[in-house]
Amino acid sequence: MAFPDRIERTVEIAHPPARVWAALTTAEGLSAWFGQQAGIDLRPGGSAWMKWDSGHTAYMRVERVEEPAVFGFTWHIFGLPEDDPRRTYVEFTLEPAGAGTRLTMVESGFSQLSEDAFRTAYDGNANGWVSELDELVGYLDAAA
Amino acid sequence: MPPPDGEAIAEQVFVALADPSRRAILAALASGGPATATDLAVRLPITRQAIAKHLGLMAEAGLVTAEPGERRRVRYRLRSAPMQVAQQFLAALARDWDGPLGALKDHLDKGDD
Repeated sequence: MAFPDRIERTVEIAHPPARVWAALTTAEGLSAWFGQQAGIDLRPGGSAWMKWDSGHTAYMRVERVEEPAVFGFTWHIFGLPEDDPRRTYVEFTLEPAGAGTRLTMVESGFSQLSEDAFRTAYDGNANGWVSELDELVGYLDAAA
Repeated sequence: MPPPDGEAIAEQVFVALADPSRRAILAALASGGPATATDLAVRLPITRQAIAKHLGLMAEAGLVTAEPGERRRVRYRLRSAPMQVAQQFLAALARDWDGPLGALKDHLDKGDD
């Protein structure tokens, strides 16, 4: 497997889990280190967002909230078209380590691909655009 | 032959993109839409013969598709599906976690003051 499905990082932080938790799960915390502005509705199914001065905005969906140990969300795969339904899952795990915290971040789902997507990529529905454009032409003709 | 997996599909894309002529042909199809080998030979500094050969190979690999038509008038169209598979592999490489996690540590350390 040459291409990664998941990215994993562990960092030791010299602060207790409660401090790290606040940095990960509050608008104030997220905007201090991740985005430049942030908002979050901290409950499973809640939405969250981060905005950068570059103009980029990331929209997240909160999935797991187990204070102060597990925080998970899904978001859009950066670089794919806006309407692409595929998302990756990011999970932060906080473990006490002495006076500090061992923070593990796992982002998974990069190589997810449904059977449909494989079939499309391989056999192809090369006529997708043709038929969509035909439909548009048909619609416009009908309206004329 | 079993259908290729995502990695095999992505590899076809990356192999095609590694060649300057094929890259130019794919770029021309992406920006200008379907075209015949003759159309492309007018726009690119590549012979019609070479373009036809590249298009044939890329059609076999599923990167472009030939629209039905008479020989020499066959138009080729870019297929976006394999490109999306390749783009997904790039997404894992393009994601930066080291920067943000470093910033998180710095942010919490600054809070000590």
